Amino acid sequence: MKALELTGSTPAATSPAMMSPVRYFAQQLASRSGRRAACAVMMMTGLGSALAGCVNVTAPDKPIVIELNINIRQEVIYRLSQDAENTIKENEGVF
Amino acid sequence: MSKTVFSRPVGLIGAMALALGGGSMALAQEGRDPAYAAARSAGQVGEQKDGYLGVIGGQSAAVQAMVRDLNNKRRAIYTEKAAGKSTIEEYAFATACRLISQTQPGEKYQAPDGSWKTRGAGAPERDARCP
Repeated sequence: MKALELTGSTPAATSPAMMSPVRYFAQQLASRSGRRAACAVMMMTGLGSALAGCVNVTAPDKPIVIELNINIRQEVIYRLSQDAENTIKENEGVF
Repeated sequence: MSKTVFSRPVGLIGAMALALGGGSMALAQEGRDPAYAAARSAGQVGEQKDGYLGVIGGQSAAVQAMVRDLNNKRRAIYTEKAAGKSTIEEYAFATACRLISQTQPGEKYQAPDGSWKTRGAGAPERDARCP
């Protein structure tokens, strides 16, 4: 929280000698947070692959196919069973 | 197996039988065309696992035409009955489960592996999904 405040306001000190221990710690936090932000930006632009610390998620080459209705489902067969029996009896000559 | 016919409401069976011009409500075979009944008992045609009839071996053109005609009628029935319930294939498959159970000893049916079997005294080999 503190780090985020500092990032936006004063320019960060470059040397630890130039600031108090408290400010140095805050600056470290700020730089870490800044790196994370940069990482996010690079991820968005698709350049984050080489940056250490980023989690890269690549889309698969093959399309994702969800197979619906390909296999005859057992519960459907069970549900249709009595109906099928009636159909057979109603159409004697055909079955 | 086929004796379950008797457990149905008599009025409905009577109506169906009259509609077919049969008037009999004993066994399913009695509503069949004599040529079809003969081809079945001779093992020339059999019940496939997909709900349609199959021709076994090289049969006459007349038998092949008869099977084609019956399968067309079956498809029409499956299409009509499956509407709003399932796919046509599912309905046909569910019917096949019943039809294979109802084959009489000596008749041919298709086993789950696709081979033709002759129905014996025992239960036929059916798909594991059959109820």
